[in-house]
Amino acid sequence: MDLDKETVASVAKLCRIEIQEQDLTPMAQELSNILSWIEQLREVDVSSCEPLSSVVEAELKMRDDTVMDGDLAEDVVGNAPDSTNNYFLVPKVIE
Amino acid sequence: MGAKNSLVGLTVVEIRDGLRNGDFTVRELVDDHIHAAERAKNLNGYITETPDLAKDMASKSDDKISRQELGSLEGVPVAVKDLFCTKGIRTTAASKILDNFVPTYESRVTENLWGAGAVLMGKANMDEFAMGSSNITSAYGPAINPWKRESDGDDLAPGGSSGGSAALVSAGVVPAAIGTDTGGSIRQPAAFCGVVGVKPTYGRCSRWGTIAFASSLDQAGPITRSVHDAAIVLEAMSGHDRRDTTSVDRPVPQFEKFLSQSIKGLKVGIPKEYLSDSLPTEINKLWGDGGLWFKESGAELVDISLPHTKYALPSYYIVAPAEASSNLARYDGVKYGMRVSDKSLEQQYSKTRGSGFGPEVKRRIMIGTYVLSAGYYDAYYIHAQKVRRLILEDFNSAFKKVDIILTPTTPNESFGLRDKLDDPVAMYLNDIFTVPASMAGLPAISVPCGLSGTGLPLGLQLIGPAFEESRLFQFGEKLERAAEFSKKPSSYVG
Repeated sequence: MDLDKETVASVAKLCRIEIQEQDLTPMAQELSNILSWIEQLREVDVSSCEPLSSVVEAELKMRDDTVMDGDLAEDVVGNAPDSTNNYFLVPKVIE
Repeated sequence: MGAKNSLVGLTVVEIRDGLRNGDFTVRELVDDHIHAAERAKNLNGYITETPDLAKDMASKSDDKISRQELGSLEGVPVAVKDLFCTKGIRTTAASKILDNFVPTYESRVTENLWGAGAVLMGKANMDEFAMGSSNITSAYGPAINPWKRESDGDDLAPGGSSGGSAALVSAGVVPAAIGTDTGGSIRQPAAFCGVVGVKPTYGRCSRWGTIAFASSLDQAGPITRSVHDAAIVLEAMSGHDRRDTTSVDRPVPQFEKFLSQSIKGLKVGIPKEYLSDSLPTEINKLWGDGGLWFKESGAELVDISLPHTKYALPSYYIVAPAEASSNLARYDGVKYGMRVSDKSLEQQYSKTRGSGFGPEVKRRIMIGTYVLSAGYYDAYYIHAQKVRRLILEDFNSAFKKVDIILTPTTPNESFGLRDKLDDPVAMYLNDIFTVPASMAGLPAISVPCGLSGTGLPLGLQLIGPAFEESRLFQFGEKLERAAEFSKKPSSYVG
């Protein structure tokens, strides 16, 4: 499986990670190597099995619909790089 | 064991007995371990040390002891992997992106430890976001293995990702540490550093407040210098937590009770798929010795087959990065952690993440994003989840025939911190023997059992059926007793 530079750039855009132009080709090579190694999974016949998403065979538990904690706004924004009046601040997004 | 001698090097069991007998105080014990950490600075085992808090906790513990209120880990100095959120204490996940993060809440596992009387000595070094098998991905520089080859003095990898935890326990800086294991991150460093490491069944410990890497695989567990100590620490960490829906609501056994139970007539499975041409002769021999020791204790060896073993690692490298790409989306420079400011929010996200994450974390987020992206989801992610079911079914069939499975923990001994830097896949292969149990959610222990030709520790792994950690301790104690592993590393500070 060979990933080209353009695919790497578009994946990087999807996951919002800035990658410098000169790093795209080495990154494409590394990811291609990993994906080629993963390709061996194609040998496995999985036609008769269901995907396994959780190893815990438990039914989802129900709980009372009550407040467990709250009034923690200052804690919630306590680590924010920028906040005011318990709001997170970001650059202006609407012109 | 008078109070005049250093108390460094005592096991959890010895500390418990000593405190009960009044041989020393927790404050004396903690002071000695603070000094031990100073002597072990070169190992870079801690990202953050908490000596003042430790002294404070020690005094409170001494007060409790004077009132005869001893918890199961009363006064025991503990190092905590820097992936567990600790209230008011910086928690970095060894990443630049969380360099200034101070949690406003406590993880459930550490809350359980403090409830049992343990004393926090510091936050242990690790691979960034628990992604790595050598500690080289830590943004704070790698922890260093206290062991050296006999032939040279090169710095060796403590393994990863819980490498700081394993190095600190191995060097005698703490009697116990906790780590997390997603694909081998407790067992592999335990094997490399000559200590005991346990990954419990998925669901045994709450994941609440533990920084997530791959949610369907992550489990917390203990690293100690004896199987007995691991049983005590795991029991204290475990238990149901309604804040983690995958935490299982079933009683936690008294693991210590199983240490002395006989294994006569029980069956130990030897999976043929773990034997490859590339397995070093000395590791193969140690594995054979392990089988013989069990036979001498009255157990029976049974050849078993786990046919999908070779597919565990490649399917892990779809499932774990996919979950990581989703979990790590939260580091966006808005809610916590570092921010690289820009006028555009889009650019701010990309710049923050591009500069905050290290190369291995980026690589895994990229792989995860790719395998989850439109057009590839079924071919990669769903396919890998189906393979994962086959791996689980292999184990289910095996456990109809045997009580426990014995394998080597790692396919090699520790390596130089500068080796294996270029090839991610070569590094991933370190986890080839530990990943299958992770994919199946099963409990497993690594016990130090011998030394390689170059004088480095080697471990054997026991894998049990789900929620049968008791069996790991029952069999692990026999392995430990027969192996008589007693050598200390060159950087031992006890």
